[in-house]
Amino acid sequence: MSDPAVHEFLESWRGVTPVPGAPWFAPQRAAARQAFQARGFPTLHDEDWKYTDVRPIASRRFGSGTETGVDAGLTAAASFSAAGAHELLFLNGQFATAADPAPALPAGVIVMPMSRADARQNESLAAHLGRYADINKHGFLALNTALAGDGALIFIPDNVEVTIPVSLLFASAAGPQPTGTCPRNLIILGRNAAATVIECYTGTDDGEYLTNAVTEVRLGAGARLEHYRLQQEGKRAYHLGNLSVQQDQDSRLVSHAFALGGALARNEIDVRLAARGAQAVLNGLYVAGERQHLDNHTRIDHEQPHTTSAEHYRGVLTGRARAVFNGKVVVHKDAQKSDARQVNANLLLSDDAEVDTKPELEIYADDVKCSHGATIGRLDDNMLFYLRTRAIPAAVARSLLIYAFAEEVIQPIGFAPIRARLEQRVLGRLPDAEVIREFVQ
Amino acid sequence: MLEIKNLHVAVDGKEILKGVNLHVRPGEVHAIMGPNGSGKSTLANVLAGRDGYVVTKGEINYLGRDLTTLEPEERAREGVFLAFQYPVEIPGVNNIYLLKAALNAIRKHRGQPELDAVEFLALVRDRMGLVKMPEDFMSRSVNEGFSGGEKKRNEIFQLAVLEPRLAILDETDSGLDIDALRVVADGVNSLRNPERSLVLVTHYQRLLDYIIPDQVHVLSDGRILKSGGKELALELEARGYDWVRAAAA
Amino acid sequence: MSQPNREIEQLVQREYEHGFVTDIESDTVPPGLNEDTIRFISAKKAEPDWLLAWRLEAFRTWQKMRAPNWAHVHHHPIDYQDISYYSAPRSPKDGPQSLEEVDPKLLETYAKLGIPLHEQKLLAGVAVDAVFDSVSVATTFKGKLAEAGVIFCSFSEAVQNHPELVRQYLGSVVPMGDNFYAALNSAVFTDGSFCYIPKHTRCPMELSTYFRINAAKTGQFERTLIVAEEGSHVSYLEGCTAPMRDENQLHAAVVELVALDNATIKYSTVQNWYPGDENGVGGIYNFVTKRGDCRGANSRISWTQVETGSAITWKYPSCILRGENSVGEFYSVAVANNYQQADTGTKMIHIGRNTRSTIVSKGISAGHGQNAYRGLVRIAKSAANARNHTQCDSLLLGDRCGAHTFPYMETKNSSAIVEHEATTSRIGDDQLFYCRQRGIAAEDAVNMIVNGFCKEVFRELPMEFAVEAQKLLGVTLEGAVG
Repeated sequence: MSDPAVHEFLESWRGVTPVPGAPWFAPQRAAARQAFQARGFPTLHDEDWKYTDVRPIASRRFGSGTETGVDAGLTAAASFSAAGAHELLFLNGQFATAADPAPALPAGVIVMPMSRADARQNESLAAHLGRYADINKHGFLALNTALAGDGALIFIPDNVEVTIPVSLLFASAAGPQPTGTCPRNLIILGRNAAATVIECYTGTDDGEYLTNAVTEVRLGAGARLEHYRLQQEGKRAYHLGNLSVQQDQDSRLVSHAFALGGALARNEIDVRLAARGAQAVLNGLYVAGERQHLDNHTRIDHEQPHTTSAEHYRGVLTGRARAVFNGKVVVHKDAQKSDARQVNANLLLSDDAEVDTKPELEIYADDVKCSHGATIGRLDDNMLFYLRTRAIPAAVARSLLIYAFAEEVIQPIGFAPIRARLEQRVLGRLPDAEVIREFVQ
Repeated sequence: MLEIKNLHVAVDGKEILKGVNLHVRPGEVHAIMGPNGSGKSTLANVLAGRDGYVVTKGEINYLGRDLTTLEPEERAREGVFLAFQYPVEIPGVNNIYLLKAALNAIRKHRGQPELDAVEFLALVRDRMGLVKMPEDFMSRSVNEGFSGGEKKRNEIFQLAVLEPRLAILDETDSGLDIDALRVVADGVNSLRNPERSLVLVTHYQRLLDYIIPDQVHVLSDGRILKSGGKELALELEARGYDWVRAAAA
Repeated sequence: MSQPNREIEQLVQREYEHGFVTDIESDTVPPGLNEDTIRFISAKKAEPDWLLAWRLEAFRTWQKMRAPNWAHVHHHPIDYQDISYYSAPRSPKDGPQSLEEVDPKLLETYAKLGIPLHEQKLLAGVAVDAVFDSVSVATTFKGKLAEAGVIFCSFSEAVQNHPELVRQYLGSVVPMGDNFYAALNSAVFTDGSFCYIPKHTRCPMELSTYFRINAAKTGQFERTLIVAEEGSHVSYLEGCTAPMRDENQLHAAVVELVALDNATIKYSTVQNWYPGDENGVGGIYNFVTKRGDCRGANSRISWTQVETGSAITWKYPSCILRGENSVGEFYSVAVANNYQQADTGTKMIHIGRNTRSTIVSKGISAGHGQNAYRGLVRIAKSAANARNHTQCDSLLLGDRCGAHTFPYMETKNSSAIVEHEATTSRIGDDQLFYCRQRGIAAEDAVNMIVNGFCKEVFRELPMEFAVEAQKLLGVTLEGAVG
């Protein structure tokens, strides 16, 4: 029944020992394994994957990278611990103890690798893990559950506001063979709890590796989560990241997703506004150059009345890059007074680059405010001209306008060190970066 | 013309008007004043027949008929006109087209022949002058892209074309600068006649400097607490509403 | 008033004069589809061998294909062996012979549309090719068109009289294996319209085809081909209707348009196939492939459609913008009331430099209707300075219907500008109240607002069609609000 190649892929997987290994998780794992075997990898015939060909991943065999060391410079450059975050570091999928003690968190707050969960913590894990990410959505989600390695367990009790950002840093290095990890995170916020969580994925440029990460989030009533996803993988990396969120009444999610690295990367966000008054704000930026392929898929389900979503994704493409944006908003029957807005803007700077965008609305209630807009274009000639009449050289003007385009989604970042990093990374790709920096300071 | 007796009105199950009495004779101008939340706009809406405004007690008599049994468009055809506080925008529907449809519906109801395009345009041009409507208004969609002042002027312009028996002006003065207020007031004054009654719902006395009322009523907490001549408005302007409430308590 | 409607009714009425039978006796083949059916159709029409071979190849291709399942529509699988693929009125005199025999509800609809059945006169200016079930019944104004050099005739006649033109262009825009329904049509199409506008000719009148499915258990598979030579101009109108039946009937047409250098084709459709009853029983499955090829420089193809009928509509009138500076336009109003389902939109394929496209889609959903816009804008690498603007608005009347938007934008040229906007709205209580306060009845107010919503599309229609479309909309949405 199952495709031999899929079977072989599973058998040859040498990622780290599955964590959590608790017996309660075994049935879910088995079910996910079965689902993956039945379904295999998505293909271009799947509507959700029509622009992203994952055969390069399916045809490779991924071993363990545990014997390869990760360069300390790489992790230091990606770390936010110096910026005051409470950080967990995962090297090639395994939890690594940090050298410096992390800043203390309020009592009752749990931030720990799943691999170290004790019996009691396993209980809350058992209550939530696998409930929010749907293994039947596609093969990679099933694969993650089947092979899930270590990741973070974050639990914020009712009414606790954590002001220190929690940073999860996943760093990978490829050896002579491609390596693979399936990080799995769980973030639970109790009623009226608040937290900031950063997920950062990085790795070396010199080899191929696969990151197939899944993060599940449950926001209790009135909870507030500011979530950052920084995908700054190595040049030859394959990356799949899924964030699956379920929101209770009046909770608020603010997500910032940045896709910068990787050869073939897909970022997915699935949000269920499952109770009245839930709000989601999704900001995103993808900057693709050379032969990068960056895919962004979001889906927001307005399941109940008076739910709100606002989405703004921007993309900048150069070289022979290809980017995909697919933003789906579903307003369910009786989810009256839902308010959904979506904007996707793309700057196409090369004739060898390609953008495929597909904003979608599915609406089953009438008293709603829904709109979306998508644009694909180049730099505005009038603006360029205006800058040049003000004595700014054409090349600088171009870079400046490109930066200004991206800045719209960088500017809303609340945690300053991330903003600084993005500014530096986006600016750094542009010609005349130094000159522009003066303009935008 | 209009006789309101012991009118009680509930909105969403909450009683807003708690026994309003009002008698407006042909040709009279009545001003309804009162603080925010006193029920002024409720009164205007219930007269026009807006859904959700439930008459729980009392009666509204208009030209000898029970107004509450009529649908909104029937009231309009019978000559009741509401100048809205917040005129709605209707994209794609041409202003002039709406007006023509409205006028002909009313004329048909009155047993008058419908106006053809030429007659209608002549009438429109004549009335546009009254409120100094800009020419391009003819080709625009209903209230779409109108400034606040233009919307209010448009209401008075419609009033001028439709020639109702009873016009209720709901806060027509709000959002108007002094020049626009004068234009609107001049327009309204030119439309006064012995057969037409006006009910002005307003928060401020300002409008009444231009449109002189026969009677002024103070509405507070769903009841008319005090009625008087035009000098009452000046007194309210000077002393506020509290003293009326204190006196009534 | 709609001229094409008058035309067809007059045609029908003319036949009504002599004696009378309830159903038009038709020359109908038994249901079923195999190579023999196709040979039968081809022989019946005395077609040349190349055309039979083409049909058979299409049939063999179709047999290997599967019905598409990506559209946002649901229906029971269609039994292609239970459909009759050929049905022709036995002779013009066999038609319905008195008005009493026409479905009263259909008459009622016509009355609401303001088409007086009993006093129809030929109105100069419109030439009608009426397709009744599968064969073309009559074409008027042939003489006047011939003077201008315009060929306008049934497809069957074109095969006989202009085989070289048919052979040159048939399948050149929609290849026989393009999609499941197009392949089926290529195998079994029975008739349709053919139109050829010679160089530098402005067609002296609007051309019009009126389609009607009458017989039970028949499918209609018409094929339309329009070729506009260099510098020519044509405006073509298409109307559709079908009587009420409680089973579903399949309509799988193919329309091909070819515009050469500096040619313009304007194609307008008012589709009012029977939509099924208020419980979703019966109605036409309207699975149509329409595509225009702007083959020449500066050519222009403009699609305008008002889709109020059919149980299911699946159609994407498209433009291939191959010629430099060519222009594609798509203006659409689609209504889904009761249990109707519509999945419609367009494809704009930009290949040539400086090509431009405009898409305006207005979807109206009511009752349990599901209305989806699906559109593709593709900018090929060669399409420097291509421009697209898409405006896609949905109006929901009631809380049990659905409005969906699925735009696809694929861009490979950095000098292109592609813009898409979509909004969703309903008729606000405040809008309705405002109109009623001005003395306008609720139903008229709804009509007025709906027509306002559709204005951008209606103004693209020829005048008499626009009037019909507006009225049709009112009839279709009757009872949808309030």
